[in-house]
Amino acid sequence: MKQRIIIIGSGVAGLTTAGVLAENGFEVVVLEKESRIGGHVRKWDRLFPNRRPANEVMEFIEKVLNSSVDLRCGVTVNGVIRHDEEFIVLLSNNETVTGHALVLATGFQLFDAHKKEEYGYGIYDNVITSAELETIFKEGKQLTTNEGKTPHRVGIIHCVGSRDEKVGNLYCSKVCCVTGVKQAIEIREQLPECEVFSFYMDLRMYDRHFEELYYEAQQQWAVNFIRGRLSECSENPDHTLILKAEDTLTGRPLKMTVDIVILLVGIIPDPETGKIASMLGLPIGTDGFLMSGDEHIKDNTTTIPGIYLTGAVKGPASIVNTIADARATAQQITSRFMAG
Amino acid sequence: MKDFGYTLQPDFSIDFDRNDKRMMLYVVNHEPSLNLCIGCGSCTATCSTGHFTSFNIRAIHTLLRRGETHQLKQEIRKCMFCGKCQLVCPRGVNLRNVILRINRAIEQIG
Amino acid sequence: MNIEGKRRVWKDYQKEIAGDNFFYVRSCVRQNFFPGSEKTFLRILKEELHKDIFENAAHTTCSGIGYHSDIVPFETTMTIVARQFALMTESGYENFATSCITSFGLYTEILETWHHFPEVEERIRKHLKNATGREFSKPKNLSHASDIIFKFRKEIAAVGKYRLINHYTGKPLRAVEHIGCHYSRMFPSKGIGGAEYPYVLIGMIEDWGGEVIDYPERRHCCGFGFRQYLIQANRGYSLSCSKKKFDSMAPYKPDFILTNCPGCPMFLDRWQYTISEMEGITYGENGHGIPVLTYEELAGMILGYDPWDLGLQVHQVPVEPLLDKMGIPYNADSKFLNKEGASMGKPKAPSFLKFY
Repeated sequence: MKQRIIIIGSGVAGLTTAGVLAENGFEVVVLEKESRIGGHVRKWDRLFPNRRPANEVMEFIEKVLNSSVDLRCGVTVNGVIRHDEEFIVLLSNNETVTGHALVLATGFQLFDAHKKEEYGYGIYDNVITSAELETIFKEGKQLTTNEGKTPHRVGIIHCVGSRDEKVGNLYCSKVCCVTGVKQAIEIREQLPECEVFSFYMDLRMYDRHFEELYYEAQQQWAVNFIRGRLSECSENPDHTLILKAEDTLTGRPLKMTVDIVILLVGIIPDPETGKIASMLGLPIGTDGFLMSGDEHIKDNTTTIPGIYLTGAVKGPASIVNTIADARATAQQITSRFMAG
Repeated sequence: MKDFGYTLQPDFSIDFDRNDKRMMLYVVNHEPSLNLCIGCGSCTATCSTGHFTSFNIRAIHTLLRRGETHQLKQEIRKCMFCGKCQLVCPRGVNLRNVILRINRAIEQIG
Repeated sequence: MNIEGKRRVWKDYQKEIAGDNFFYVRSCVRQNFFPGSEKTFLRILKEELHKDIFENAAHTTCSGIGYHSDIVPFETTMTIVARQFALMTESGYENFATSCITSFGLYTEILETWHHFPEVEERIRKHLKNATGREFSKPKNLSHASDIIFKFRKEIAAVGKYRLINHYTGKPLRAVEHIGCHYSRMFPSKGIGGAEYPYVLIGMIEDWGGEVIDYPERRHCCGFGFRQYLIQANRGYSLSCSKKKFDSMAPYKPDFILTNCPGCPMFLDRWQYTISEMEGITYGENGHGIPVLTYEELAGMILGYDPWDLGLQVHQVPVEPLLDKMGIPYNADSKFLNKEGASMGKPKAPSFLKFY
């Protein structure tokens, strides 16, 4: 009999793990709470750092899924029972699934920008999130103000919901900096007459080709970078927005009118993760993401044998890192069952 | 007008909308490599003038970008044109031309 | 602007406000700045709302003005506040109501301090006992007087004679609301609507028929700042803060400014005169200023109280244009008469600001 592995979550992490496990001869069940698989990437237009279409990556991941992967959408986990060497997962549709190992790939959610009240998201119509901008691009639309005008100046705000103890998130969301630079370029590409100003604290261009993208944004696209966190946003009578930040490199407060504000919303744990972790008794870090067996050397396992973690369930991660992590998880599981 | 023993104070903040950006545009258009500045301050740290006067080429450039040009004229005169700033710049900004262009912008615009 | 977005924020910041049996403490400065306001508050609570509200004659300043001016140490301030609580306890009350925003902020700060550092509370209890022999219970409910008017805003509207409607045009009057910094900036959860979009005054304006203006410098402080104002040479800073606000709100043509702090109406009112004398600028229509009101004054106007009983004659910016718009009658001849009908003397007319 084939060993069966249950994966919770069908984003890049869950599907990549599923694909490799299926190739390695396992039976795989993927549980997804949404009505279709794909997670966040399905909603994204283009990916950093090279701006390739996101659906190319999705197509690649979906291609490796074969008939031994059982995808079940629209279900959540109501409970998990450990029985001998098996896990019995109780689903919201009253079905149960039994498997020999459990992979948590529940990923992340985007920070709810309403919580940064002073930025006026949901109050001032021309304040949108990076995810909403991505939807505009994906639908092939032009970026316009809520009043339908072509913007002359756009402000991109870094670290919204990240590195901010006030909203309870001390950590860096890692992927927003480069997303902001990518989106700044895309706005300039679509609207060459529109100025783009990025308000940042640090530009954390940590991975391969990120710094090059930043260089390109400056050299080719003349994107402006102002080092200072947005302190507040208010609205003018004509629905344009006034941004107040310190221009820390001149040491003076600065105010600027922009037509549209884009909030680079950070990454927070999916609430489903906490729920499942408490069912299983898995430790949660101070940042709300799950703790692995050992951050350096056992990052795909947990304190419970047979339960594995993969992808952004352990904290913010890029697609590149998530795919590598998912393959590592699949490899760990394969080794365990191959060894007997 | 009455004297109350105190007066209104000028707003210290940078009002980007109101500032005149013509000089900045002139300099950037003639020396686009200036767009590559990452504000690291290497130029200022090595500047021959900056160690003995208030001259801060990194700050002058940042203020120029915001359209804050009132002190530019007096400040830019202090540069001795030694070129150490350009030598040290990690982004390869042509700072000697930036200085020349700032001087030209002052002549032509302001 | 999407008002539903604000309502969503407001929902997150609700607080409990006692409904009756208040122990009221006054502000040390408001009776000089806006002499009718506290009296009007008591009148509304007793005569219109039929509530029990009690003042103990032995109560003092909370010393917040000295605390925020770096003159009175926190330890001393806490002991003074402990004495106020002792007076409340001795008088048989549990619901503490403060007239002043800085007092409200300070009482909140002290109760929070004691919550997190019980040993400090114990020490202050000892200080008070040693100094005065008094003991106290902490209030069950702490509300600012504007919270209480907010709570009963619909009742006030129901018995009110006037509404915030321009009776010449039938349109809602447009109001700027300005919240004292110490109301909710230190403890957003203690203010109705939180700190970024406080609802306490907006609720009154909406329910009394008016329309609220959100302008870019809404969050900016009036500039009082205690230390800035108390030293004459520093007052330019205070003045400049107010001017920043006026310049920002003027394009929206507000009919009036509503406040809930002792300092803000003082400065937003008086500085309009100062700016007019310094710069020749006035911010209202046709050389008028923008009238500035306390929430008690506005409630009194809604209820049809005589404007001169509300103390509106001591405002620097004349309130008559607003009274005219609301259709509230007033006797111009009795504006500067005292209660006995004798003249209080008429102030000299400013050079630019229109005067009645």
